[in-house]
Amino acid sequence: MKQNLVALISGVLFGLGLGLSQMIDRERVLGFLDVTGVWDPTLLFVLGGAVSVTVIAFRFVLRLPHPFYGENFSLPTQKNIDRRLIFGAVIFGVGWGIAGYCPGPSLTALVLGIWNPVLFVMAMIAGSLTYKWVSTRLEWGEFARSNVSKDLPFDVPPGNSRS
Amino acid sequence: MMQITEFNWVSGLLGGLLIGTSATVLLAFNGHIAGISGILNSALSSGFSEVWRWLFLAGLLAGGGLYESVVGPLPATPVSTIALRAGYAYAPWAMLVGGFLVGFGTRMGNGCTSGHGVCGLGRLSLRSLVAVVTFLATAIVTVFVTRHILFW
Repeated sequence: MKQNLVALISGVLFGLGLGLSQMIDRERVLGFLDVTGVWDPTLLFVLGGAVSVTVIAFRFVLRLPHPFYGENFSLPTQKNIDRRLIFGAVIFGVGWGIAGYCPGPSLTALVLGIWNPVLFVMAMIAGSLTYKWVSTRLEWGEFARSNVSKDLPFDVPPGNSRS
Repeated sequence: MMQITEFNWVSGLLGGLLIGTSATVLLAFNGHIAGISGILNSALSSGFSEVWRWLFLAGLLAGGGLYESVVGPLPATPVSTIALRAGYAYAPWAMLVGGFLVGFGTRMGNGCTSGHGVCGLGRLSLRSLVAVVTFLATAIVTVFVTRHILFW
């Protein structure tokens, strides 16, 4: 019950942050990505502000034996850099560059009462379900999980894989 | 010489601090990563068995609504004076194509700007750093192509 309240509060803070930083206005985001045009640095300050908090706060939080209201931390276990990660990031990047929305802002923007975020969210859910469907049917596992570490110009610590 | 548009670094920074705080709260109390694509995908997969995800997503909307109706209009709230609401112009194909790719790609790559960007970088994850650099670079190239080559 306490956890549910925390989730709600956290979501409200996040949504407030997205609104205040104007990240729900896709023109602001596209302006940041448009480095050769008239550049909009806003997103840099948003991401910079957010990461400044997490880089410091997470250091302390992750030293706790367990979260305040939970038994353990649910952290991602994958550490290797595989094709799935890279391809996924590329596809996400293309979509983001076309739409100017990423998941968080698009959901928050639903309160604006305009059609853009509605269409985006519907398509985003369709895309997500399509990946789920496609990945279970294609013989994609081995290819996707293969490490690209050897292709990178820097050392990657060995990690454990998870399908 | 690079042209820079009018912007408000204070509102950007404050918004970012709020986002970082939100992620810290969710991690410190519930032990979960505030990655929107992950939360949404898991919510869709598991339905209402775990309610917290739906409450978080509802909070996203509530927070946005709170800003638009209460916080934003306050005279003390720092915002840019320029109205960039050109971004509100109806762009159905960009939304459908872009949205599909974002949904597909974030599921494949296990994260988005909040998951890999805010939280992953906060955890000093190399995997997330690679993801962030990759999707940022790709998005920048995409905008260059769509705006300066294809003139969309």
